Amino acid sequence: MSQLGGFISLCGINPPSRWLAIAMLALSLAPGVAVAATPRTSVNDVEDEVMCPICGTLLELAESPQAQRERALVKRLIAEGRTKSEIKDVLVAQYGRAVLALPSGSGFDLSAYLVPAIAFALAVVGLGVGVSRWRRASRPPPGDDAQSKGPRGDDAERLKADLARYDL
Amino acid sequence: MSTRSLLAFLGVCAVIGLLAFGLLSKGEAKIAIGDPAPDRALPVLGGPGQGSIAAYRGRWVLVNLWASWCVPCRQEAPVLDRFARRYGKRGVSVLGINVQDNSDDALGFLREYRVRYPQLRSVGDERSAAFGSTGVPENFLVDPRGRLALIWRGPVDGDFLEARVVPLVEGRR
Repeated sequence: MSQLGGFISLCGINPPSRWLAIAMLALSLAPGVAVAATPRTSVNDVEDEVMCPICGTLLELAESPQAQRERALVKRLIAEGRTKSEIKDVLVAQYGRAVLALPSGSGFDLSAYLVPAIAFALAVVGLGVGVSRWRRASRPPPGDDAQSKGPRGDDAERLKADLARYDL
Repeated sequence: MSTRSLLAFLGVCAVIGLLAFGLLSKGEAKIAIGDPAPDRALPVLGGPGQGSIAAYRGRWVLVNLWASWCVPCRQEAPVLDRFARRYGKRGVSVLGINVQDNSDDALGFLREYRVRYPQLRSVGDERSAAFGSTGVPENFLVDPRGRLALIWRGPVDGDFLEARVVPLVEGRR
């Protein structure tokens, strides 16, 4: 505040008027600070995250009489300055949990988040195991070179005899 | 059975279990004449405390499921209010249960249509599901023992009440 007083005296404002000027400046800044602290939500921001429970669709897609009442309630709550989270709490109290488009993060609803995550983890593990097996199967066994891929046993003997017969 | 087969079997069982749970949890209740009326303590609409159908044991109760956004409910509410006043002293009560609605709109509706019979409130459609309801309004006549005597899935008017409800409550049927 003393810095502000110094700034005002630098601007050439008389000392008796200084505190009046500071008070007016503070008052003019106050609403801006309040708005910044609680960002105002909008109907669009809320209605794509809540359901019209009777219609079984997102509120933003619903036009039934019940949806219009629900939308009017959301507008009324926004006009009262409620945050999105507070609005959702009111909607749950009025219409039940079915009004939330996203499942909650507790109880059985948690499975909506856990099952896909577990399925993804299992798929990654399965893919890793599959790729590693495939690579192992395509690699020649240790000590196996190109020559050892020729005929063995009786076949090798027969081949040797055939080659000797042709006297190559 | 090898470990792999066991894991596959358990995986299939888990998927079938989840599907069955989903289907069963969405299933609507089926009610019939003579069944005990679905009941539970509900908050009084716009007031303190709770109420239930059981609180009217010994009287006939016409239970009306309604919502403020329901157009036929607007014609029905004054008819039910007149019926409640006319038959109140003859052992018949009308009990409204507000469903799928918000309480401010519901109270506004009661003021606008001057409804004075008792009102309870069900959050969301929990009570509608218990009654196997397909919409609003729906009406259920409960006898003095708490059993369903009439199920009417739609609005009622004066003629309907005289023809279908009055004979039951007066013991003519």
